[in-house]
Amino acid sequence: MDWQSLEFPYRRSAEAAGRRPVVVVGAGPVGLSLAIDLARRGVPVVVLDNDTRLSTGSRAICFAQRTLEIFDRLGIGDELVAQGVSWNVGKVFLRDELLWRFDLLPEPGHERPAFINVPQYVVEGHLVRRAQQLPNLDLRWASKVIATRPHDDHVALTVRTPEGEHAVEADWVVACDGSRSAVRGHLGLQAQGRTFRDRFLIADVRMQGDAPAERWFWFDPAFHPNRSVLLHRQPDGVWRIDFQLGWDADPEHEKKPENVMARVHALLAHSPAFRDAAVTLEWASVYTFSCHRLERFRHGRVLFAGDAAHGVSPFGARGANSGIQDADNLAWKLAAVLQGDAPDALLDTYAREREAAADENIRHSTRATDFITPRSAASRLLRDAVLHLARTQPFARTLVNSGRLSTATTLHGSTLNTPDLDDFDGSMVPGAAAADAPVAHPDGRQTWLLRELGDGFCALVGADGATEAMLRELGPALRVLAIAAADAPAPGALVDRDGAVARRYDLRPGTVVLLRPDAHVCARWRHPTRAQVRDAIVRASARSPTCP
Amino acid sequence: MPLITAPNLESPDDFYAELIATHDGLDADASHALNARLVLLLANHVGRLDVLREALAAARAGARPEETQGS
Repeated sequence: MDWQSLEFPYRRSAEAAGRRPVVVVGAGPVGLSLAIDLARRGVPVVVLDNDTRLSTGSRAICFAQRTLEIFDRLGIGDELVAQGVSWNVGKVFLRDELLWRFDLLPEPGHERPAFINVPQYVVEGHLVRRAQQLPNLDLRWASKVIATRPHDDHVALTVRTPEGEHAVEADWVVACDGSRSAVRGHLGLQAQGRTFRDRFLIADVRMQGDAPAERWFWFDPAFHPNRSVLLHRQPDGVWRIDFQLGWDADPEHEKKPENVMARVHALLAHSPAFRDAAVTLEWASVYTFSCHRLERFRHGRVLFAGDAAHGVSPFGARGANSGIQDADNLAWKLAAVLQGDAPDALLDTYAREREAAADENIRHSTRATDFITPRSAASRLLRDAVLHLARTQPFARTLVNSGRLSTATTLHGSTLNTPDLDDFDGSMVPGAAAADAPVAHPDGRQTWLLRELGDGFCALVGADGATEAMLRELGPALRVLAIAAADAPAPGALVDRDGAVARRYDLRPGTVVLLRPDAHVCARWRHPTRAQVRDAIVRASARSPTCP
Repeated sequence: MPLITAPNLESPDDFYAELIATHDGLDADASHALNARLVLLLANHVGRLDVLREALAAARAGARPEETQGS
């Protein structure tokens, strides 16, 4: 499949009278994920994109486990993982010496790897294909939003197409239109943050090499002295190489193919894995970046997600992955509000939760950048001291920061969480994204925990007849997943094949872990009453005062 | 546990002499680098962030502004 040659023609839409419930602006990974999620939840959605193609060239390539788990729910996980390069291991080199090796998925028992590498346009291609299967998802290409006018009870958009301009009204507009968001401009909003004085060259090259599927990061390599280089393997023999250039580099000079190839050949000459490889340049660009975000992700009936709301450096793969988490967070909330299951205050929690997530991503990204591009003489001195010590002192390796890679954000302190009353071990605290685990159906069919959660609220319960019966009294909207130990099977319960559910969730008979529709833990108890579980669902829907 | 600022060195004069001697024969850059490595080694030994924060604040308190704005 040659994704880059695909063209999606403009089609005149039969513009029905009246308002649309949701218009998503931007058909990138974030907008498409959001639209698919909404449509699957029964919300008719219009997606407007100003282009007629998938994205081109070097954009996001690293898609994290949490993103893949979300894609599984949307229905494109299997194809993407089959097509991508799965990886878990990162290596950091100082000059030619291996400083340390980290494994991002040190424990087995997850369906998905820590990351896959696959070009952004492939992800978009699968999302478009999925979107086209959904009859209530109206994807309109060559439709540029040129004006956004918020009102108390709707948002009015002006859309320019090859046939001229027309108006579209929506109850809610979600701006997923990227770092140069037009909607953000229409509302007169600006992202605030910090720009870094450094330039980087991205080269996507096709070559034969036998390097393993790992993330390799060099500080001060002989082939690119005094600067850093990052290497990632992509599918089909394509490699992503990211060269730090320094602030004084001339972008026009650096992105000339002959100059890019001189840098690539220098790497090849020093790397046994690629020596004598024939190499062709697929794409090159020079970039700078800043860490920034909008102060608020909700402005009345206009919500912002992905790069339109926040931006980070590429080191850590926190751009697209955090945007997909934005979409995951927003879809169920917007659907609940539109379907009358929650007040619109639930959308304020989208903003608060994802603003806090953006702060976390910006913090990680800023720290990594300060390590890769020291901002003062002292910063450089200490960075070099860390690298020097890391060769022989294990403690110093924990300070080496070539990018802390994206994991699911834990929504600590969210007003949707019910604080713990009982004692629990493990990382599945209120706010945590549910961890996967291998389980089996009562008939022996093997499956994965996250595959079984469904799209609504879900209660994991350590198999216990009375507690399960109590949960079922709360009605069919709550999915009840009983989990039984492998040596103590219970009727109708999933079997915890190797005890990973019990370990990760500290689940015992009668324990209940309540998961939101986006598979974040929002409450847990040892032996809850029906009222406690009901109140936690009410709280997680922002339907009651959220103070305890 | 707060930062210990009361005398705690086993043998102050020996320590100080050995600290200076450790820098013998190094130029200023190499000495700065050595000090940076020393800070990191000792910080790891201390371990606790609250104690380290106290040490950072105590050290910073002695810095004149023109020395702290970078160059």
